[in-house]
Amino acid sequence: MSPPQAAARLAMPLAPSDPDVRDPELLPRQKAVIRNVDFFYDSFRALKNISLPLHDKRVTAFIGPSGCGKSTLLRILNRIYELYPGQRATGEVLVDGENILAPGRDLNLLRAKIGMVFQKPTPFPMSIYDNIAFGIRLYERLTRSELDDRIEAALRRAALWDEVKDKLRQSGLGLSGGQQQRLCIARAVAVEPEILLLDEPASALDPLSTQRIEELIAELKDDYCIAIVTHNMQQAARSSDYTAFMYLGELIEFDETERIFTHPKQKQTEDYITGRFG
Amino acid sequence: MSIYTQRRVANGLVMGLSVAATAFGLLWLVLVLWTLLENGFAAITPALFSQMTPPPGSAGGLLNAIFGSVVMTLIATLVGTPTGILAGTFLAEYSRGSRFGEVVRLINDILLSAPSIIVGLFVYEVMVVRMGHFSAWAGSMALAIIVIPVVVRTTEDMLNLVPNALREAAAALGSPKWKVIVMVSYRAAIQGMVTGVMLAVARIAGETAPLLFTALNNQFWSTNLNAPMANLPVVIFQFAMSPYADWQVLAWGGALLITLTVLCLNIGARALASWSAFKQ
Repeated sequence: MSPPQAAARLAMPLAPSDPDVRDPELLPRQKAVIRNVDFFYDSFRALKNISLPLHDKRVTAFIGPSGCGKSTLLRILNRIYELYPGQRATGEVLVDGENILAPGRDLNLLRAKIGMVFQKPTPFPMSIYDNIAFGIRLYERLTRSELDDRIEAALRRAALWDEVKDKLRQSGLGLSGGQQQRLCIARAVAVEPEILLLDEPASALDPLSTQRIEELIAELKDDYCIAIVTHNMQQAARSSDYTAFMYLGELIEFDETERIFTHPKQKQTEDYITGRFG
Repeated sequence: MSIYTQRRVANGLVMGLSVAATAFGLLWLVLVLWTLLENGFAAITPALFSQMTPPPGSAGGLLNAIFGSVVMTLIATLVGTPTGILAGTFLAEYSRGSRFGEVVRLINDILLSAPSIIVGLFVYEVMVVRMGHFSAWAGSMALAIIVIPVVVRTTEDMLNLVPNALREAAAALGSPKWKVIVMVSYRAAIQGMVTGVMLAVARIAGETAPLLFTALNNQFWSTNLNAPMANLPVVIFQFAMSPYADWQVLAWGGALLITLTVLCLNIGARALASWSAFKQ
């Protein structure tokens, strides 16, 4: 168990020390709680009073038609929207009980704790090795061999090690699209975040690469709290534990994925997942 | 006439006009290059690179002028490049959407198209008059003022080409902004930025007006930056206007030298740009 995970365990007094998922009484811990969040692009209100939890060691999928605000919601969780003037969020996002939307938060430290992978693969214009070392070097001073170990571990975690171990010094831009995306996932997990945000991570990839990414999500789930935006409903059904269906900036329904896809409570949800609109 | 025939005729007509216009433009370029080669080639001798500018009626070369041009271009580039890159970085990375950034961009565009003689007069007023004499420093500053807006513009343009997704990815790892810029944006834009600097150097290599008012000229070998310094454009200006045949030959030689240098810089810049385009 890595130190951050150990710390996370210690910090959850209400959860049992060894959660047994087979016991229906034991709900997974809520890693983050989104509470009454609104989001504005200048004066346009893109999210309306969103509230939902993100569970630790579970995958939560945000689904909905284009423009429904699912990516916007994801981008609130690491406050990446603050790169652009004119975008702002109100309400609360509690991560381990602390409101990350509070003014005065150190955004760099926050983002080091909450990793993100984007729709298009974004390898930096540097070697595969340096792509991963970039994030680690920001917050840790390691010896060469420690760094080597961390990079190997991250690449193994992202199921990329065997393909790149002989060309770590080559540019990350030379990899295929699917490999680049796994490199980005390796880069995100290398800094040992607590929450992983995936913004349509497989939508630019071929089916085989998509499958690998989904397998990867299933493995990473054991260690992280994962939120994934997808407009592929099969993907949401396959790889998530909870699903939030959004429409026109509102959260229509949030439930366990199985229930959303078998017994949705809302008519709109049912129409969307059966392909009648969206 | 059917619509199709009409279209073919129109197409042929426009094509013919385009080709003619291109040929007309190229003709002058070829004539300029040809005249330069024809008259200047004879002057490209070892003496051109090893002897000083002579008094009328005696043999000589352009060594002091070549040296002066290289020194002043170098200082101007060393001053102008960091200034321009920092200002371009400010415009592309920090001032997005701000009123101040808009104003800076506008002023830079004006400076970019300002006649170089104005720049020369300005430096004459603020440096030469105050110091009481012409100097290589003043010449270098005048050239630097010409370099800065070119580098600002290309740096900003190249940084704007870096996809925002890359900046977001770096920021999402918890990277502070300056590190995003230095480690990611610069790396992605470096070839374009170097190309911009090379084009700026090519631009100042042949500038005459700003040097006439600042560095003036020097018939002798001089490495003193506080004194007037010989340079190719002003020597060409002076020698070409003179009635002496041997001075005129040297002027042709200098002109050919500058043209070849600028040509090489431009080809180098283009090669670099296309190489970076290929890499991505």
